[in-house]
Amino acid sequence: MSAVEAVPAATQRPAPVEEEVEPVIWTSGLTKQYGDLTAVDSLDLAVYPGEIFGLLGANGAGKTTTILMLLGLSEPTDGEALVMGLDPAFEPREVKRRVGYLPDAVGFYGNMSGRQNLRYTARLNGLRRQAAETAIDEVLEQVGLTDRADDEVQTYSRGMRQRLGIADALVKGPDLLILDEPTTAIDPLGVVEILDLLRALVHERGLAILLSSHLLTQVQSVCDRIGIFASGRLVGQGTLEELADRFGDGTAVVEVGLDLTDPAEIERAKGILLRIKGVRKVVAPTDGGDAWRVIVQPPDAEAGVRQQVLATAVAENLGLTALRPIVPSLDDIYRTALKRSAVVRSKS
Amino acid sequence: MTASTATAEPAPAAEPVDLYEDRPIPKAGWRVIAAKELGDHVISVRFMVLLILLGLAAATPLYFAADQIKTLAPQATGQQAVFLALFTLGDTNYTFLIVSSFVAIVAPLLGLAFSFDAINGERAEGTLPRLVAQPIYRDDVINGKFVAGLAVILIVLVAVVGLISGFGILRLGIVPSTDEILRLIAWILVTAVYVGLWLAFGLLLSVVVRRAATSALIGFGAWFVLVIFGGFIADLIANTISPLTGSTIEEALPQAQLQKLITSFLPGNLYSDVTNVLLNPRLNPSVQLPGSIGQAIQGAQQIPNTVLSIDQSLLLVWPEIVALIALTVLCFVAAYIAFMRQEVRA
Repeated sequence: MSAVEAVPAATQRPAPVEEEVEPVIWTSGLTKQYGDLTAVDSLDLAVYPGEIFGLLGANGAGKTTTILMLLGLSEPTDGEALVMGLDPAFEPREVKRRVGYLPDAVGFYGNMSGRQNLRYTARLNGLRRQAAETAIDEVLEQVGLTDRADDEVQTYSRGMRQRLGIADALVKGPDLLILDEPTTAIDPLGVVEILDLLRALVHERGLAILLSSHLLTQVQSVCDRIGIFASGRLVGQGTLEELADRFGDGTAVVEVGLDLTDPAEIERAKGILLRIKGVRKVVAPTDGGDAWRVIVQPPDAEAGVRQQVLATAVAENLGLTALRPIVPSLDDIYRTALKRSAVVRSKS
Repeated sequence: MTASTATAEPAPAAEPVDLYEDRPIPKAGWRVIAAKELGDHVISVRFMVLLILLGLAAATPLYFAADQIKTLAPQATGQQAVFLALFTLGDTNYTFLIVSSFVAIVAPLLGLAFSFDAINGERAEGTLPRLVAQPIYRDDVINGKFVAGLAVILIVLVAVVGLISGFGILRLGIVPSTDEILRLIAWILVTAVYVGLWLAFGLLLSVVVRRAATSALIGFGAWFVLVIFGGFIADLIANTISPLTGSTIEEALPQAQLQKLITSFLPGNLYSDVTNVLLNPRLNPSVQLPGSIGQAIQGAQQIPNTVLSIDQSLLLVWPEIVALIALTVLCFVAAYIAFMRQEVRA
């Protein structure tokens, strides 16, 4: 068991930031109840300008409810939220003017073209005709739909609709994007495209993105910080490393490729690797491959171990073919976080 | 690993190609919505249906009313309200072919047709969350759709009335008096309220009922019961609660009053009541059967061959008009509240 104990989500603070930077999203004790069901339970969240924040959680964990409250489309039962420094419950229009929203399972008017759909959104946002056309051309270019912009949306594929949805959220020139499950039901290649697009947007426009997903790998690959949601509670938030520290098992793993076939050689390599300081355990490949797993404890000794492995393997002529750290998978972190939050709750 | 590049600092500001500078929050989101809906309506199938139905209404006087007016006209020299006969005369065997009664039957259907899927349609297409996430008030959605529906029906209705009038003036050579023009305008306004009532009812259904097909069916059922069987139902209830005990006025009065009370909740009866009084200043029971108490009163009170002026007629049906407006407002407010309280998510 690691020394870091599960801290109740409420006492957590986001990653250290200079005091002056005002969060684009800030919530305190945000709660939403439907009858007896608590969809969102005293949520404390902070998202800062220029970052991609991932809300990770299973379906029904309260992600969409949280997003609706941030947009003023659903009233919180308790607690408060500030989006761009405004309370969405009282100034929903000002909030919605500055926040682009891609809903879960976004829909468009099928008999209108992509461009017409965007034009409608632009008009609803009060863009003047000329400005609207320029903005529409720009966002269509960004999501790569310029060629198909004048086709009816009903001829679009699911992935194209999703990209049009992102264009639709962008056309108002938002300071913050809120994307609800932006990659659901899209083929893997399309997902990569969308994630690349999101990263580019943050880079080019300097906007912040809050995205929700139940797909761990995607959140892991694109988000700067992650909040793990479980039945309405935020059980942890921070960078992947921070989460790994809190919810990992206190070890790090280095994958070492050793081109060895002779059993005696393998035994010798095992002994050599085990002698390196910080190495806790060495697992030789059993499938005839060459990928060895070197378990390191404590995890922050991992970089030192990697250097040592390189030096030793070359010196001892172990046939080194690969050397890479295994990033703690969000999958494991997620599972541990859920388990711990369940334990904490059953105690309270 | 991207996580290692985490930046909690503000990213450099984007290039200042600011299309969004000085952009106020749009003041009238409902206008944008109404304009879009109107555009949708005009190219929709239901607009074709609207054109055909009201076109039929325009065609009837060509075949029926015109002949009768022609035969009627010579002996009716100096008679008032001949022009309105264009809207109230027809084949006596097929009363629904009379313009005014035809509109009375069709108006609710048109109102429903243009609103039964207003909200649940957006919901089904998945466009509702996107729409309400724009910087508009939520009621802009309802208001815009109501205005668009009413506008499209009224435009066609006014066009049809103009067509019939033009036909009357050019082909038959009857010129409307000021009083008749005012009556026509009043009739159109009351019809607007009536259409608005069914539009609002359709909107309410589209908010409350999740499936468009279901709300269409419920609306159709309501139309059937309230408009087609309205009078029959009023009779039935009045007869059950307060059966006739004799044939004197005193004995018949309680039932008549009860019937009147029930009728005042039935939009179809209210509307035809108002229509008959507005378009029949002379109200001779032989022209049409007195379908309502209001008409009967007007018929009973009149001195033969005198014509009521428009203000007198309006005075007579004022309660009915107010009741129609009240019902419309009630439906609209119900739709409004239901929509405001509804969760956005599917």
